[in-house]
Formats: sequence, C-alpha cells, structure tokens
Amino acid sequence: MCLAVPLRIVRIEGTMAEVELGGVLRQVSLVLTPEAQVGDYVLVHTGFAISRLDEQEAQETLALFAELEEAAREQDEQRTEEADPASCR
Amino acid sequence: MKYTDEFRDPVAAQRLIQEIRVRATRPIRIMEFCGGHTHAIMRYGIRQALAPNVRMASGPGCPVCVTSDGDIDYCIALARLPGVTVATFGDMARVPGSRSSLQEARAAGAEVRIVYSALDALELARREPQRAVVMLGIGFETTAPTVAASILRARELGLKNYYVYSMHKLTPPAMRSILDAGEVHLDAILGPGHVTAIIGWRAWGFLPAEYGIPCAVSGFEPLDILQAVRSLVALQGSAPQVVNAYSRGVTAEGNRVAQGLMAEVFEVSSANWRGLGELPASGLKLRPAYAAYDAQLAFDLPRPESPEPASQRGCRCGEVLRGVVEPPECRLFGKACTPARPIGPCMVSAEGACAAYYQYGGSLV
Amino acid sequence: MSEQVVLLAHGSGGLLSHELVSSLFLKYLGNPILNALEDASNLPLGDASELLGGQLVFTTDSYVVKPLFFPGGDIGKLAICGTVNDLAMRGAVPLYLSAGFILEEGLPLRDLERVLASMATTAEAAGVHIVAGDTKVVERGSVDKLFINTAGLGLVPPGVRISAAAARPGDLILLSGAIGDHGLAIMTQREGLRFQTPLQSDCAPLNSLVSAMLAASRRIHTRRDPTRGGLASALNEIATQSAVGMEIEEQAVPIHEPVRAAGDLLGLDPFYVANEGKLIAIVEREDAQSVLEAMRAHPYGQEAAIIGQVTAEHPGRVVLRTILGTRRLMDMLAGEQLPRIC
Repeated sequence: MCLAVPLRIVRIEGTMAEVELGGVLRQVSLVLTPEAQVGDYVLVHTGFAISRLDEQEAQETLALFAELEEAAREQDEQRTEEADPASCR
Repeated sequence: MKYTDEFRDPVAAQRLIQEIRVRATRPIRIMEFCGGHTHAIMRYGIRQALAPNVRMASGPGCPVCVTSDGDIDYCIALARLPGVTVATFGDMARVPGSRSSLQEARAAGAEVRIVYSALDALELARREPQRAVVMLGIGFETTAPTVAASILRARELGLKNYYVYSMHKLTPPAMRSILDAGEVHLDAILGPGHVTAIIGWRAWGFLPAEYGIPCAVSGFEPLDILQAVRSLVALQGSAPQVVNAYSRGVTAEGNRVAQGLMAEVFEVSSANWRGLGELPASGLKLRPAYAAYDAQLAFDLPRPESPEPASQRGCRCGEVLRGVVEPPECRLFGKACTPARPIGPCMVSAEGACAAYYQYGGSLV
Repeated sequence: MSEQVVLLAHGSGGLLSHELVSSLFLKYLGNPILNALEDASNLPLGDASELLGGQLVFTTDSYVVKPLFFPGGDIGKLAICGTVNDLAMRGAVPLYLSAGFILEEGLPLRDLERVLASMATTAEAAGVHIVAGDTKVVERGSVDKLFINTAGLGLVPPGVRISAAAARPGDLILLSGAIGDHGLAIMTQREGLRFQTPLQSDCAPLNSLVSAMLAASRRIHTRRDPTRGGLASALNEIATQSAVGMEIEEQAVPIHEPVRAAGDLLGLDPFYVANEGKLIAIVEREDAQSVLEAMRAHPYGQEAAIIGQVTAEHPGRVVLRTILGTRRLMDMLAGEQLPRIC
C-alpha cells in the first residue's frame, strides 16, 4: 500500500480538500496535513494527503538530471572530436 | 510542475542508466524494501537495464504479502459473521488463507466491500447503522495514520458500529530482521519513499550506524528510482549514510501530525509476519482507550493462531519476502501459482514480487 | 479448473474467462465454427454464399453494464455498438440484429424508454435493423435493473478474409485511437470521481470506419476491438491465435490525459481497461500508411496510430518497449479488474 499520487489542491472545506490531476477531481482528507493550502501539491494515499510536495526541492532534483545530461552531452562531443581529429584541424 | 511526467523523462532516464552502468564496476546488491518499488522497477524494465552488476532484491514491503495465514483466516471468519460487513483494500480480497479467501466468501454470500480509503469504510458504517462494519487495517506507516484518523472520526461522529482489525506493521523492525538473519548479502537499501514521508529519513540512521550500509530514500517514478540507485552506487567504497533522494516529499523528521495520530490510537506490539515469523515491537494494535473500535474485542471469535503454520504446497513466499530467492526460483511460479490462481499472497497483491515478475516477465529481455 | 463456483473474475475477459470458455463451454457446445473463437462466426453455407454475394457471419453478446447511463452512452447504445462492432471486426457489413431484454420488476419505464430511444438512434446511425426481439420480467432482486442480449447477422464481401489467426511477422499494428476511455468513464462514475470535463465512454459503431479501411486496402489480416481485458489482452489473444510475437511502443499508444490521471488515482492500467469504440488492425506493412490515413480521415479514427509490429520472435508473447526505452513483457489480464464494465 505504498502507492501515493501527487495532486494539486483546488479547494478546501474544513478538513476535506478537492484535489486535481490531469482534469480529474477527487475528495481527500487533510487531517494529516493541516498546513496544506490551495495551490499546494500533496501526496495522496488511500484518500488522505500524507505530505506536501516542496516545489523548490523538486526543481533542484530536476536540475540535477539536467546537469547530468549536460555533462553527458559534453562527454559525447569530446568523444566525437577525439574519434575524428580531422574535424578540428 | 506536475510532479509526474517530469520524473519520467526518457532521455534523462537513459543517461542515468548509462551513468549507473559505468560507475558500477563491482557487483552491488540492493534491496528494494517496498513492493511498490518492485513493481515500478519491473514495469519500466529497470531491472534488466541495470543488470548484471546492479542486482535488485525485493523485500517484505508488501503489506498483504506479509499478512499471516492466521490473520487472513480470521478476516474470513469475521466476514462470515451475520450482520458484519468487512471493508478491505482491494488486494486483500483475493489472497488465499489456509482454506479460502475473502473473494470466495463473498461469492458464498458474505458481505465484503472493497474500499479505497478508511473513510469509505466509515461512510459505510454511517449509512448502515444496523450492520457492524469492520475495516481491515492492513499497511505500514503510510496507511496506519489514515486508519487511526478514521477511528478518531468515528468517535467524533459517535458511531457505534465501526471497528478496525489492526494488522498494521512497522518497517524498520522488518529491515533489521532481514539484516540480522544474514541470509542474503546486501550492499545497500532502497528506502520506501512514502513510509519515510511519514516517519522521516532520520529513522533509517540505524542502517549506516549499526549495519554499515547506505540507504537512499526513493520516490516511485522511474527517475526517482534511478537517481536513488545512482547515489547508492556512488557511495560504494565511502562511509555509508542515509541519502534523501525524494526530497520533494520527504523530510528528516517526517510528518509529525501523522505520527501523533498513530501514537494516539495505536500502541506497538509484537506481530506475526509471513516469512519473518513473530517479531517483537513490529506491529500496531489499538490502545485500551479505543477498545470500543477494536474488532478483536467486539466479536466472539477464536484468536488467530500463531506461530505460522508450515508453508503449504511448496509456497516460497516467505523466502521471496526475505530476498533469499527470486520468484522464478519457486517451482510453483507460473505453473501451479499464477495471478489467476494464486497459491501465495506474493502472486496476488499489486505489490507482490511474484505478481510483478509474472506480469512483466523478469527473464524476458 | 479448481473452482467450484463462478467468480466475478470469470467475467473480466482475462485468463479465467478464457479458461471457463475452453474447459466448460467449448467442452459441451464446441464445434469447428465455435472453437475458432472469432468476434463473429462464419456460417458455412456452401454454394449459397455465392447467391448471397458474400460470407454470412453471426455473433451474440450480452450487456450487464452498471450504471445503465454513463457519460457518452448507455446500456442500449452499448448493446447495438458491441454487436455491430463484432460483425465489423470480421469485415462484415452488419445487417440485422435481434434484441432480448430482461427487466427487473420496479425498473422505471422512463429509464426503459431512454434506453430504447438510444438503441433506435444508434441502430439508425449504424445502418442496421432490429428484426427480432423478446422481453422478460423478473422479480425485484433477480436481475439488476436491465440486462440486454443482442445477436447480429452480417455479410462479408467476397475476397475479404480477416481472422485472429492471420497476423504475420512483418505486419504493422494499428490502433484507431486513445485507450481506456470506456472502462474509466464507468469506473469514475461508480467511484464518484469528478472531472473538470467528465470522462466520456468512447462507445461507437465502427462499421463505417471499417469500410473506409477496407477501401484503402484489402490486406488487413486481423481486426479486433479491445473490449473487456483491454488492449493488452486483445493483443495477447491475437498473438496466441496467430502464433506470432508482437513488439509494442508504449510511447506510440494514445491515452487521454484525464484517463491516465484517473488510472493513476484508481490504480488501474489503461492497457487493461475496456474500450467500446476502438479497434486494432494488423495490416501488411506496405499498406499500413494508407490504411492509417483512411482511419485518420474518419471521425472515429482521428487519433489513429501505428503502435507496433508483428514479429517471428517470442511467439504468443507481447513485448512492450517502455517510455524509458527498456523492454518488458506485457501479459494478458490475469485476475479481475473491473466487474460489469460492458
């Protein structure tokens, strides 16, 4: 039962929130994440939000992937140059 | 930012796979504790992509799989009681106990309802005050707080017909049990992302401190898993530590509110785990203050028996759950035991390792 | 078979359904025609086929969908489309349908009327006539509101041979549009999920789409509509019956965003979810592009795509190349996914 899905809070009424993903709306309980606000993304497990998603952290993680790609691309270019010395003369 | 597609980017995934293959110069064996990870790894073909140097071993993180035969039999007995409606998460309905299953009990007339949330079970109790609704409390630290919340809500509403049969279990004791047994050599642990959202990544500090192995807490999208594996590979040869590779959802201290609710309603007890046996301080049971909601006290049924009866008919779920064998090594796998006709719970559950191997064909490349 | 009673899983269109059919139904009712297990059966009439101007085919289906009314359709529309499509899958022009109704005591007449009106509209759109019918009423509780059975007769033009056993290595696999709409529209109704735009069932009669495809090429080897058990099960059935392997590109399979999201939320994989207005076509490689264009020009094929190919390797098995570029098996639906979806 580890499955949890990231959903955006669209509206809050008491301890219940309406959340949205890809146009699908769902009712979930905010009893475990009382600090969550409209506009936040939360991880939802069996009808409850269990954690607020931190956008800053998400961006940093994605930036890590981009760096990796950048580094790999530079390596590829280097390898292509080394393989064909005629190309840089 | 939707937190889904961005973490499924094929180009980044290929780069991560390449980098892992380059860096894993010596064989490394990682246990993915969580059944959800096993499924994602198989579903995205990650297992094959990282072989042969990175070997993944699946662990006991499948709540339905680690539920004992005795507990399942007890649930079926509850369902057969007149006036009782058993509410359960989907997979549990198909798991075979020693003789039958909830699904078969339903076909024979028992009231068994599949719910997505403990709140649904609560709603059933509210709408049908003449029936006793028993919510089967299955799940680890991700689910236990939700069931605790449902009990507190039942109290608020003054419901007299809502009960929980708690089979909830705790993950760190299971991890310790596997490492203590030493049956399989593990170099690292892929930590369960959503359990850790609740308990906080500091809870895994014992892995480097007492067992000398690193743990990377991972989310469930393919890039999350690959990134976590990459950090574990990079740590080989250095001092072990806990890495939070799911920083967008997991913090050091976890979800204090959820932890509080769990502690309010439940107390720690010993629990009977399929495959691991009776483990002290590894389960949750309702506190005396919430006895009115405890199914075990409300109904006159013999207690589920423990110890675990010897595995019948050659089922090796226990060994699969401890990472000792891979599903195809069980002689029943794919023959006598299939998702259509499962013998053991590992083949039934959406998070079971055998079901994942069967569905996504571990050996086909 | 080890079960003593019928289980819901026997009706889901996956493995257990198949086993029930082969071990019980075919055991008693089997014959060479039935045993072929096609969407619609060839009726061998010898020389009479010449007179008729084609091969007569016959099919039947029952409809027990819950709820009766859902976005994009209702049980009546389904009952017409399902049978029309089974005939169309064999390349037949659907001609005549029968309709049998089992009504529960207490069913509001206004609901019955709505269903019948829908059937009339759909039959007209599909160009078929309902020429035989029957109605039974049973006590409250003996049936859930309304069950319908339809049977259909169609005529396959000469020279058209379409069969689930006819796929060949090298053929390309075409899909007429996005998957998962019908099953998830039903499930979301039942689960009370709401949408900014409600998920619609894709229920539609496909005979005119099929005619357009046949006009583009006669070298369509197989056609099947992926209903219960979804795309994955239908592909597996064909792979088994034709004794060929398949390679599918996950990236190429169209899935609408809300369907994917609903699947994520409900823990359902769109590949295993029923469709009621889609078809799979296995086409000889050289003709695939022109068939694809004919599909895209038709209202029910606008999102058509080539999703994979047939191979001689791993016969009977379908392999998926995931969005990550890795490869893994895609098996038939193993257990019970969605009860009473059609």
